[in-house]
Amino acid sequence: MTFFSIDNLAIAFGGLQALQDIRFDVQAGEVFAIIGPNGAGKTTLFNCINGIYRPDAGNIRFDGRNIQGLRPDQVARLGIARTFQNIELFANMTTMENIMLGRHVFMRTGLFRGAAMWGPRSFAGREERDHRRQVEKIIDLLRLQAVRGKLVGALPYGTQKMVELARALALEPKLLLLDEPCAGMTAEEKQDMIFWIKDIQNDLGITILLIEHDMRMVMDISDRILAINFGQPITIGTADEVRRHPEVLKAYLGEEDHRESAA
Amino acid sequence: MIDFIQMLINGIAAGSSYALIGLAMVIIYKTSEVPNFAQGEMALISTYVAYMLLEQHQFPSYLAFPLSLVFAVVLGCILEFTILRRAKEPNVLGMIIITIGIEMILMGLVSWKFGAEQKSMPFPISPYDSVMIGDFFVSTLEVLTLVVALCTMIVLFLFFRYSRLGMAMKATQQNPMAARIMGIRTRRILMATWGISSLVGASAGLLLSPVIMQPYMMWDPMLKGFAAAVMGGMTSLPGAVFGAYLLGIIENLFGGYISIEFKSVVAFAVIVLMLCIRPSGLFARHYVKKV
Repeated sequence: MTFFSIDNLAIAFGGLQALQDIRFDVQAGEVFAIIGPNGAGKTTLFNCINGIYRPDAGNIRFDGRNIQGLRPDQVARLGIARTFQNIELFANMTTMENIMLGRHVFMRTGLFRGAAMWGPRSFAGREERDHRRQVEKIIDLLRLQAVRGKLVGALPYGTQKMVELARALALEPKLLLLDEPCAGMTAEEKQDMIFWIKDIQNDLGITILLIEHDMRMVMDISDRILAINFGQPITIGTADEVRRHPEVLKAYLGEEDHRESAA
Repeated sequence: MIDFIQMLINGIAAGSSYALIGLAMVIIYKTSEVPNFAQGEMALISTYVAYMLLEQHQFPSYLAFPLSLVFAVVLGCILEFTILRRAKEPNVLGMIIITIGIEMILMGLVSWKFGAEQKSMPFPISPYDSVMIGDFFVSTLEVLTLVVALCTMIVLFLFFRYSRLGMAMKATQQNPMAARIMGIRTRRILMATWGISSLVGASAGLLLSPVIMQPYMMWDPMLKGFAAAVMGGMTSLPGAVFGAYLLGIIENLFGGYISIEFKSVVAFAVIVLMLCIRPSGLFARHYVKKV
C-alpha cells in the first residue's frame, strides 16, 4: 500500500483547466518534489490536497483512506501540515503563540474545563504543560529561541518562514507540504533550510512534498521529482532523469534555448 | 464642581451600556468584517424573551435572565448559520444589507408579538433606587450596569487570551486560511463569534429594559455603541470600551453645560470631528491584507 497517492486529478476554474491527469504516488519517508514554471498549477495541487479546493475528478489517498472532499480541518487532523508560498502567519501573535496554534488539534481542554480547572496539576494544567514542552522542542530544533516572545509580523522574512515551518511541525504531521520554502531567502538561509528539511526527513521521519523553483535545491534534496506544465504532467523520475527530459528543458528554458542547447 | 463630578458619573453610567453594544459589534466585525446593524434588535428580542418568561410564564428572575441569555447565544448562532453563511460570495455591502434585513425582521417580530407600547419589565432592581457615594447620587441600576460591563470586559479578555476557542477566534481573525490549515473549523468559529456577540449585546438590552422597554428601545444605544466602536477603530475591544466611555462622558457634560436638546446629537459631532483628525480610529490596528 502506498503512503500517499493522487490518481487522475483534475480541476478547472471556469474555462481554465488548471490541473489534468495528475497522478503520482509518494512512499513513506520520501522527499518528493513538484516543479514547473509559474502558473503550472503547483500551488493549486497543494490546495486540492488540503481541501481548500474541491477537485472535479480524481482520487487523493493518504495513509490508506480517501481524503478527497474532506474539509481543510479534517485533512489537518489526519496529519497533513503545510507552509505557504506567501507567508501565512498570525501576524499579531508571538512566535510561541503561532506555534502553539499548531497544537490546536491536540488540545482537549474546552471552555468550561478551562474555566473550572486551575493550577498546574489539573487536567488543563498538565495538558498546557505538555503542549508547551512539545513547542519548546520544536523551537530548540529550529533554533528559534531568540524570537520566542516576539510578534512574528515584525520578524525578518527568512525567520518568518522558519516560524511557519515550526508551526507546521507542531501539528506532528505524517506528511508535510512545503510550498517554496526557499523563496526569497538569502543564500545562507537557503543552505539552512536545506539542512532542516533533510533533518525533518531523517530524524523525524516525516514524508515531504515540496514545491520549489530553485533547481539546485530540488536536485539536492528530492528523491523523486514530478514536472508539470500548464496543469499537465510532463514527467516523473529521479533528479537526473527529470533534468535531462527535453520537455522539462523546453518548459523551463523556452523553445529557442532548447534548440540552442541541442545544437 | 459637584455638578461636574455628578455629570461625569452619569456619563460613565451611560458609557457602560454603549460599551457593551460596542464590544458586541467589534466581536462580529473582527471575524466577519461586517458592521452588524441587527445587533440592537438581537438584544431587543432576547430582552423580550426575558419579559415573556417573567410576565407570562411566571418564571423566577434567576431563571428568566440566564435563559434569555442562552436564547441570545442560540439566536446569534442560528442567524449566522441560516442567513449569513448562505450568502454566496458575499461582499461587505451585501452583508450590511443582510444585517439590516435581519434587524427589520426581528423588530417586526417583536412589535407583532408584544405590541409597540411601553412595557414595564419586572426587573429585580428598580431604576429609581439609588445609592449615595460621598456627595453623589448613583442609581443602583447604573452601578449594576457598570459592574456587568467591567465583568464582561474581564471575561472577554481572559477568554481571548487564554481559552482554546478564544485563541482559535483570534487566529481566524488574523488569517482565516492559515487557521483552516491548522485544523480550526473557521465556519464554526464564525458561528461562535455571533453567539458570543449576541450574548454581550443582550446583556446591554436587559440592563436598559427597566428604564425603557418598547420595540425602538435599542436604536439609540446601538447607534451610540456603533459610534463608540468606530471611534475605537472598529477592530479593538479596548478601543470600543474607551470610545464608549468617552462618548458617554462628553454627551453628559455637553447636556449639562451647553444644551440638553442637542445632548444626543453631540456624540455624532464628536465622531465626525475625530474621524477627520484620525480616520482609522483611536486604537486601530490594521491587519495588513494580502491580495
